[in-house]
Amino acid sequence: MKATLEEIGRASLEAIKNAAEASELEALRVRYLGKKGELTAVLKSMGSFTPEERPVIGQLANDIRMKIESAITDRAEEMKSAMMENKLHSETIDVTIPGVKVRVGRSHPLTAVLDETIDIFIGMGFRVAEGPEIEYSDYNFTRLNTPVGHPARDRQDTFYFTDDDSVCLRTQTSPVQIRVMENSSPPIRIVSPGKVFRKDEVDATHSPVFHQIEALVVDKGITMGDLKGTLNTLVHRLYGPDASTRFRPHHFPFTEPSCEVDVQCFECRGKGCRICKGEGWIELLGAGMVHPDVLAGCGIDPDIYSGFAFGVGVERLTMRRFNISDMRLLYENDMRFLSQF
Amino acid sequence: MKLYRNWLDDFTSINADDKEYCDVMTMTGSKVEGCEVLGSEISNVVVGRVISIVRHENSDHLWVCTVDAGQTQPVQIVTGAQNVRQGDLVPVALHGASLPGGIKIKKGNLRGVKSEGMLCSLSELGLTLSDYPYAEEDGIFILRENCAPGDDIRKVTGLNGSVIEFEITNNRPDCLSVRGLARESAISFRAELNLPEPKVKGSGDNISSYLDVDILDPVLCPRYTARYVKNVKIGPSPLWLRTRLRASGVRPINNIVDITNYVMLEYGQPMHSFDYSCITGNRIIVRRAHEGETMSTLDGSSRTLTRDMLVIADETKAIGLAGVMGAENSEITETTKSVVFESANFNGVCIRKTAIALGMRTDASSRFEKGLDPLGTLPAVERACELVELLGAGEVVDGVIDVIAADSAPVKLPLEPGRINALLGTNIDKAFMIDILTKLGFIFDGDIMTVPSWRGDVKQCADVAEEVARFWGYDKIEPSLFKGVTAEGGLTPRQSAARHAGELLRGMGFYEMLTYSFMGQSSNDKVNMPAGHPLRRSAVIQNPLGEDSSVMRTTMLPSLLETLGRNYSYRNRDVRVYELARVYIPGAEHELADEKNTLVLGCYGEGCGFYNLKGCVEALLESLRVKDAVFTAEKGAYAYHPGRCAKIAVNGTQIGIMGQIDPRVADNYGISQEIYAAELDFDVMFAARGPEPVYVPLPRFPSVLRDLSAVCDSDIPVSELRGCIAAAGGSLLKHIGLFDVYTGSPIPEGSKSVSFSLEFRSDDSSLTDADISPIMTAIIDRLSSALGAQIRR
Repeated sequence: MKATLEEIGRASLEAIKNAAEASELEALRVRYLGKKGELTAVLKSMGSFTPEERPVIGQLANDIRMKIESAITDRAEEMKSAMMENKLHSETIDVTIPGVKVRVGRSHPLTAVLDETIDIFIGMGFRVAEGPEIEYSDYNFTRLNTPVGHPARDRQDTFYFTDDDSVCLRTQTSPVQIRVMENSSPPIRIVSPGKVFRKDEVDATHSPVFHQIEALVVDKGITMGDLKGTLNTLVHRLYGPDASTRFRPHHFPFTEPSCEVDVQCFECRGKGCRICKGEGWIELLGAGMVHPDVLAGCGIDPDIYSGFAFGVGVERLTMRRFNISDMRLLYENDMRFLSQF
Repeated sequence: MKLYRNWLDDFTSINADDKEYCDVMTMTGSKVEGCEVLGSEISNVVVGRVISIVRHENSDHLWVCTVDAGQTQPVQIVTGAQNVRQGDLVPVALHGASLPGGIKIKKGNLRGVKSEGMLCSLSELGLTLSDYPYAEEDGIFILRENCAPGDDIRKVTGLNGSVIEFEITNNRPDCLSVRGLARESAISFRAELNLPEPKVKGSGDNISSYLDVDILDPVLCPRYTARYVKNVKIGPSPLWLRTRLRASGVRPINNIVDITNYVMLEYGQPMHSFDYSCITGNRIIVRRAHEGETMSTLDGSSRTLTRDMLVIADETKAIGLAGVMGAENSEITETTKSVVFESANFNGVCIRKTAIALGMRTDASSRFEKGLDPLGTLPAVERACELVELLGAGEVVDGVIDVIAADSAPVKLPLEPGRINALLGTNIDKAFMIDILTKLGFIFDGDIMTVPSWRGDVKQCADVAEEVARFWGYDKIEPSLFKGVTAEGGLTPRQSAARHAGELLRGMGFYEMLTYSFMGQSSNDKVNMPAGHPLRRSAVIQNPLGEDSSVMRTTMLPSLLETLGRNYSYRNRDVRVYELARVYIPGAEHELADEKNTLVLGCYGEGCGFYNLKGCVEALLESLRVKDAVFTAEKGAYAYHPGRCAKIAVNGTQIGIMGQIDPRVADNYGISQEIYAAELDFDVMFAARGPEPVYVPLPRFPSVLRDLSAVCDSDIPVSELRGCIAAAGGSLLKHIGLFDVYTGSPIPEGSKSVSFSLEFRSDDSSLTDADISPIMTAIIDRLSSALGAQIRR
């Protein structure tokens, strides 16, 4: 009897190991452990054994039953796991096929540079001020020390709306400074970005519409040293901490003293090359201490307050930043251009 | 302003090479634009004497010359020129020579005869007939200069030294002169300055016997100074003078004219010379032109003048356009026997307007227009007469006519070192300031300075500070960061919202564009804007660049469609663009415009349809917290497809319009596919924003979903069905979602099936069928009674 049981155990475990399908496994379970199964049959015949034999045979039969059950469970797990592996394998995709296109637009390169510049100023505590683009000549010129008869007011340079030239398209964002100074008292710390207009024919380096960003600081004790410090901060943020600047005397009607600021050529580091036309320096912006007459004209006492102002052409910054050679590209809005930034 | 450095040496000795000179001058305020070394393209060209000349044995037009070029052996040179004679001094380009234009000369054979170089013409040396009037234009340049074989031709022809080109700012007309730049150079290099005063010997007699001057308009002509020269011998100027003129960019003409130009360059004071015999009545009258008066100017053009222009006249006619150009009728010619030199001061604005009106900006007018030193007329005319005597060009008659019609008082200012240092952020010595200012011509009387007459730009302390700072060195001013109360920096809420809108749109695939603010009047026609439409009234530029940029846009649509059209013509597929910019609604005459910030979106290509664009607009509105936007069908909007256009309003205020562009309008821009656009008034949209969000507790009870399909007349807009459902749904109906609109079998012709998903929820309890069924019944009844819609089961 013992031999029979051991044979059942050996054969069943062998069969379970070889089972390939879940149905096959179930059949084996029925065959060995079912009500009419082979092992069950042995247990049913327990009455024919001697009382001494019964516990031994019973123990053996139970051990075999547990082995079979555990083998079936293990084999079932194995088969399930293999099936999942197969399924996953069959789901293999080509990951090198491009992703489903998500279209994302871009800022215009000029706006990107303008916003970045604005943010640098905001970091220094400046407020962003805006003003009209169609402006009184009084604000655009007269109150900026550019009286009637000044060449900058000529009709060949400025667009006008009225016979008496009293309303124009602003040629600079400086009239915003006048509006701010007129309507608030020091301390003043503003930047005014925006479109400006001059009567230039369109070519690679000119556009009748272009952008400026200007800064104005008015307070007690503002010095030309402060102007230099602020501009150096701007230049370092724009062009990196190694960028060096050069301040040259210049003339603007609304600042005194005035200067132009050059930044050392990035290409040749000041030695002189094609990009800087051999000068080693590239002109960046105009600046100066706010002219006392301009302050006084806005009701700010120049004996108490002083200030500085500077203005940058954003087109020039943008073109240099992205190595754009023709200004017309900025206003053509060709997608092949816009999608590069 | 071109400065010939050799000329500068007359007044100050600067020990610096060109590079250093340019750098230093730039940093003290005289910006250098360029530097040219004269004759730098010429090398190995020397003077040669023709020893013999014989015909070429194999040619009937070539000559074989034996030339002494200062070397141990004479050289043999073949030339095709016909004007060379034995004994002539000629320029010889030897083997290995360079000539202007990058030409290299090598020895060779010409028809079998050895030629060891080339004899040069004027033009081959980069010279013109006006430099050497005695030369023959088509032949070899036969030298009449004092020179010997072997001399470097550059030295002989004055093609040496360097010319520095300065950008002189408008406030410094005194630097449009050699003497002015000499002053700046001397101070910049801490060198001695020597500006000699001209000395005229005179020849007796007196000018008052010959000439009277009357100024009829003292505002336009504050001062007129004149001298008279008789027994004039017109001829070419000497080489040194012609060289200096040429290097300064002025063409030599004859000794008298050259002298006036020379003085203008040296002193910055424009001058003119009249042929005395052409002055009727021996009287010069400075007056305004008569309206319509005509004059032939020296350039040969006939000019029609106006009352705003100033002329120099005699008793019968105008003989010069003041400050701009002389007239042909009094021009210096070879037969001129006596001359009147004019050195006058004119009103800058008048001269500039005259020059612009007549389109003839000259060296003289460009100086006068900046406002010249009224005291500069006398030294200039004296210098001219000194040069006449030096050149032996005539006899200077004693006496000067100097009419001072309007006096100008000198400007006096206190020197305020403390204030100057406070403005600059420096600690500069008072002694340094006084030293610099004195060298600049300021005269000190204690702490009071008299500003030099040629410095009309210095009016107050800040101007003086700039003078001090220039020579102290801008680069020596220590950078600092300003102190003071912390200002409130940052963007305004509107500026932030504008940036946010841009970020959203870029996230939706729109690229930002940048367009011009003006457009052509015809752009309105191109978008089919009807006649008389209020937007046709725009701010009109009186002096536009052209018709296509003559009015300020009142709508962004033409700018958008032009951009789309341009991209379409470039065959760019799938385009989405946006721009936030201003439109300009004109105000009253002489008033400013209402500048509205407008957001415009446009697209064509894949993924562009009415509902795509509408989805973008809705997402934008939602993100900007603009709630309850209502889209209503708009059939009559110009530029848009009548069946695919919606007006967008919030709380009854219109914020924009969107839809498909009318294919006929699209066609005007060359686009033959569907394009969609939206125009939104950003300012109104910004004003319609809801409040900042406040947290609402999350729902505690689950929601119940019910689907509902209603069959109704095709013409009924979905918004009306939704309205019905919302009204009947009550407060438990939290959300109405549309998930299908269907036409076709089995739905009858003329009808459509619209399917909604309804979400019910209570904040107090879980809802049951018993709660929802009566609401669904109410909704169904309402749809049926109000819109005749039947439920599809």
